[in-house]
Parts: sequence; C-alpha cells; structure tokens
Amino acid sequence: MLKRIKNQTIGDLLFDCIVALLLFLAVVVCVYPFLYVVSVSISSGDAVNKGLVTLFPVDLNFDALKTVLQYGQLWTSYGNTLFYTVVGTVLNLLFTCLAAYPLSRKQFCLRKPLNFLLAFTMYFSGGLIPIYIVVTSLGLYNTRWSMILPVLVSAYNVMICRSAFESISDELFEEAELAGANDLVIMRKIAVPLIKPTLAVLALYYAVARYNDFFNAMLYISDKKLEPLQLFLRRILLEASSEIMQTTSVSMAAASKSSLQVRYVCIVVSVVPIMLVVPFVQKYLVEGTMLGAVKG
Amino acid sequence: MGKQKTVINGKRTKEEKRKYWKKSLKRDRFLILMILPVILYYIIFCYLPMSGLWMAFTQYKIGSGFQGLFTSDFVGLKWFRQFFHSVYAWRLVRNTFLLSFYSLIFGFPIPILFAIAVTQLRGKRLQKVIQVTTYLPYFISTVVVCGMINNFLSPSGGIINQLLGMLGIDSINFLSLPQWFRPIYVISGSWQSFGFNSIIFVAAIMGISPDLYEAMRVDGANKRKVIWHLVLPSIRPTIILLLIMTLGSMMSVGFEKVYLLYNPSVYETADVIQTYVYRQGIGSNNYSYAAAVGLFNSVINFGIVFLANRLSRKVTDTSIW
Repeated sequence: MLKRIKNQTIGDLLFDCIVALLLFLAVVVCVYPFLYVVSVSISSGDAVNKGLVTLFPVDLNFDALKTVLQYGQLWTSYGNTLFYTVVGTVLNLLFTCLAAYPLSRKQFCLRKPLNFLLAFTMYFSGGLIPIYIVVTSLGLYNTRWSMILPVLVSAYNVMICRSAFESISDELFEEAELAGANDLVIMRKIAVPLIKPTLAVLALYYAVARYNDFFNAMLYISDKKLEPLQLFLRRILLEASSEIMQTTSVSMAAASKSSLQVRYVCIVVSVVPIMLVVPFVQKYLVEGTMLGAVKG
Repeated sequence: MGKQKTVINGKRTKEEKRKYWKKSLKRDRFLILMILPVILYYIIFCYLPMSGLWMAFTQYKIGSGFQGLFTSDFVGLKWFRQFFHSVYAWRLVRNTFLLSFYSLIFGFPIPILFAIAVTQLRGKRLQKVIQVTTYLPYFISTVVVCGMINNFLSPSGGIINQLLGMLGIDSINFLSLPQWFRPIYVISGSWQSFGFNSIIFVAAIMGISPDLYEAMRVDGANKRKVIWHLVLPSIRPTIILLLIMTLGSMMSVGFEKVYLLYNPSVYETADVIQTYVYRQGIGSNNYSYAAAVGLFNSVINFGIVFLANRLSRKVTDTSIW
C-alpha cells in the first residue's frame, strides 16, 4: 500500500484523470442517445414540441406510447420478426453443424474440395443482381422463405464451428466408432453437446442478424402481412410515415405535433429486446470474438 | 492428411483408385448425407448466382428467369464500357474507398484507446458495466441507428439542432449537405462499433502476465511508461491482425447504412458502388448493366481480400480464415 502511494507521481495522477475522463465520455456517448429517446417517448407532447426535453422526461405522459402500442401493424411485424428470428436461427445452427461436422473429420474423403467450395464464397460472390434474380425466379418473392433461405448458413461461422469440432479429442470418436455408432449418432450424442459454448455464441450472432435483417426484407418482402419489424421501422423512422397517427382517434392537428414522439417510441419498442438480452450474454460475447480471432 | 494424399497421388492404377473412392464413399456415406443439404444451398444461392454473372456480358431480358442468365444475347464488354465512360465510375470508386478509409483512420484507434482505459480500472464490476454499456450500440439494427441519426439531425425538432440553437448557431440541414455525409457516416460508425471492437483488445491486455507489470513498477516506471513499453508492444500482433482484416473489407462499404441515410442531394459524396448497383438494377431494371458494375466490385474485393489474407499469413503465420 505504502509503496503504491510513493510511486503515485503527479504524472500518474494526471494519467488516471485522463483515463477517467475517457471512460466517462465513452459511457455518456453510448447512454445519452438512448436516454434521450426514452425521455422523449414518455414526456408530454407539448414539452417535446417546445424543445424542453434534453435529458430526462418532462411532464411524464404515456399517450404516445399507448398510441404506438395500440397500432396493429407494429404487432404484426413484431410477430413476423419473432418467426424469422426463431426459425431462422434454428435452421442456421442446424445447417452450420451439418456443414461443420463432416468438414472437421480428418478422414472425410471430400473434405478438401468441400472446404474450398465454402471458403471460396467468402472471397467472391455473385453480387446483388444475380442473387436477386435467382431468389425471385425460385418463386420466393413475398414468401417467408425469402427471409430464411438466402441466408441459411454463413461460411465464416461454419469455419468457427468446424474448429470447435476439431478440438474434440480423437479418442472419443474412436471409442464411439468401435461401439458401432455412425456419424449421425456421434454428432448428435457426442460432438454437439461438447461444443455447446461455441454454438451459444453462434446462436447469438445468428439471432441478432436475423432480428436486425433489413436487406433481404427490403429486396423480397412487399406484403405488409409478412414484413418484419425493420421494414416497419424504416417506414416510420426514415420515410416519416404518419400511418400510426392516422389510425388513432387523435385529431390531425394533435397528430402532426407528436409524430416525432411516435418515432422515438418506435425506437424504444424495437430496441428493448436487444437491451434485455445483451447484458446477459456478455460472457459469450467475449468468447465469441476470441473464436473468430484465434481461428487459423 | 498428408499420408492420405500421398496414397492418392502415388502411382496407382485406375482400378485401385476406383476401389479407394468406392470404399471411402461408402465409409463416409453418413457424412455425405449430412453435408448434402449444405452443398445444395451453396450451389443454389452462391454458385448459381456466381455463374449468373455471365449476364454482365449479355442483354438480360426482364422476366426471363434464371434461364435468362445464361441464354440472353451476348454483348461483350458493352456494359463495362458504358460504366467506365460514365461520370459514375470515378465518383463511386472514390466514395466507396473514402468512406472505408476515413472509417479506418478515425475508427480504428478508438477501440484500442478505450481498451487501454477500461483495463486501468481496478474494480472488475465497474469495468464490466462500462463494457456492456459500450457494446449495446453494436447490436442495434442499422435501420434504428439511421432512424436515430435522421431524427437527431432533423432541422425541425432534432436534438442536435436544438442544442446548436442554444449556442446561437443556425440550424443545419445535415443530411442534405454533401460535406456532412462522410463525417456523419464515420462518426456514427465508430459510435456503434468501438465498444464491441474493443473486446479483443481488452482480452489481449488482460492476457499480459501480472509479473511483467510488477517488474516495471519495481523499476519505477510510471503508468504512461507501462502503457508505452509494455501494454502497446504486447497487443501489437492483435492490432496488426485486425488492421489487415479491416483492410480486407476496404471496398465493401455497408450497403444498408448508406442506402438508409443518403438522398439525391448528397449523391456526390454518399453514393457507393453497392447503392448504385441497387438503383440501376432493382430500381431501374437495368439488370445486366448493374450486374456488370457489381462484378467489377466483386473482382476488386476479391483482389483486396486475397492480398490481405496473404499479408496476414506472412505477418502472423495464420491466414484470416
């Protein structure tokens, strides 16, 4: 203790101050936009229009929140996103394992050519137009499958999963084979349970990608019954659509006043699930980045 | 692996080879069964479009489906000539490159600085809380981020202009002024990713042995010196690897963010290859022309990624993939 105080020169104090300042700035920059959005959402429309809300809510008022939550299309798109996220992630994981397991088996006779088949897609792609033509020619336009099939598996994630399978000791496989188990059984009963932590990380990445997917939706979905949350949000946030206000009983004058507020409420409603999930998966996040980086 | 290879390439008769494959395929039948759906996916959604790039050399007719990708009339390099003779070619390449370049220059050092700062904290709990807070923006969708930017910067009621008003500055219509597009793109990009990108540096710094710190403290080094002579050299390999990976994506600017933020009044600085391909192809039905521009982009990307991978193999003994 004494030693530390002795070493604590003025330079070190200054250093600590700079560190504290940097961290404070970082936190403020990350928290403030969200705090502001929440504050606007639950302030009174009057206070928002007069520009009184800059940090905390002014005149707590949940009218805008109610208006948005009563709007049917929000829930339709929320439901669609839930479907795309759950079904998409499950299929993503399934296909990633189906690709990664065979590629991890050293004696697999097609290992080399298939590895190349996958890896090459990370270097080169047909690009937007040919993919668009293929997907629409398959009759996937305006179907739920258009949100799932074109992004069924990511080669990068297969590589991560493959190296996880490779880290399992050979003896386990040999024993299972001697016991007469085939590869399907070995994968399901032995290999997959052993790489659960890796799969959790991949599930997280896939799920976030499916939840946030806007690109495929924009290309292939025009039917409002099928649209995911992100398409809905784009109309409200970026095209300044006033569809929410038009359906409520609020008079037009009042409606135009609170359109900004309605937009902020939509941001809050869409971001909440992410905010709730991310803090609980922090441990996995760290592992996940390391997986990607250590990979050889 | 090596053993197997010599057996295949060794001097063997056709008959033996055939037997070998028959045996292997039979032994691996379950593995093949497993990977078959994946191969199908790759053929349909990756390799079919890739071979469909043939359309960049033909006159693709709308509505001719994917047969049209291969059967349309050959026009040679017409679309490429048209593109390179247009005013767009240079503008798009420049914008695409500059957005990545500025993102790299301004975005790359911030996670490192942040990682160093956050690892100086003694309280592990506080450290965790700060880190989670800074990860959050990374997981927000592009649509929401762009929605926030759009509404914050709005000249009517946006918080930024409101604050500028308090300082006596006239409100600025940021999103319709070409000179503001790049700063907005770069700053919001670093905002969204600095916390997440710092994870790997934090892990690298945490991996430094405490003995080394102790040794430096005993030698009387102050904190600045510890950072300079111990921390930075220790994370140098990580920095180099990530730098190379970032270089690899130099010409693949995220389509979504540009698409959601730009408008015709800022095309001069905002329009990138991907957005142009989208407008020409899906927007104006010039499919073949758009595919040609896309192919140009893919080829450049291929070259850059290939070089980056080579470089990383040389520097770190491991390829990116």
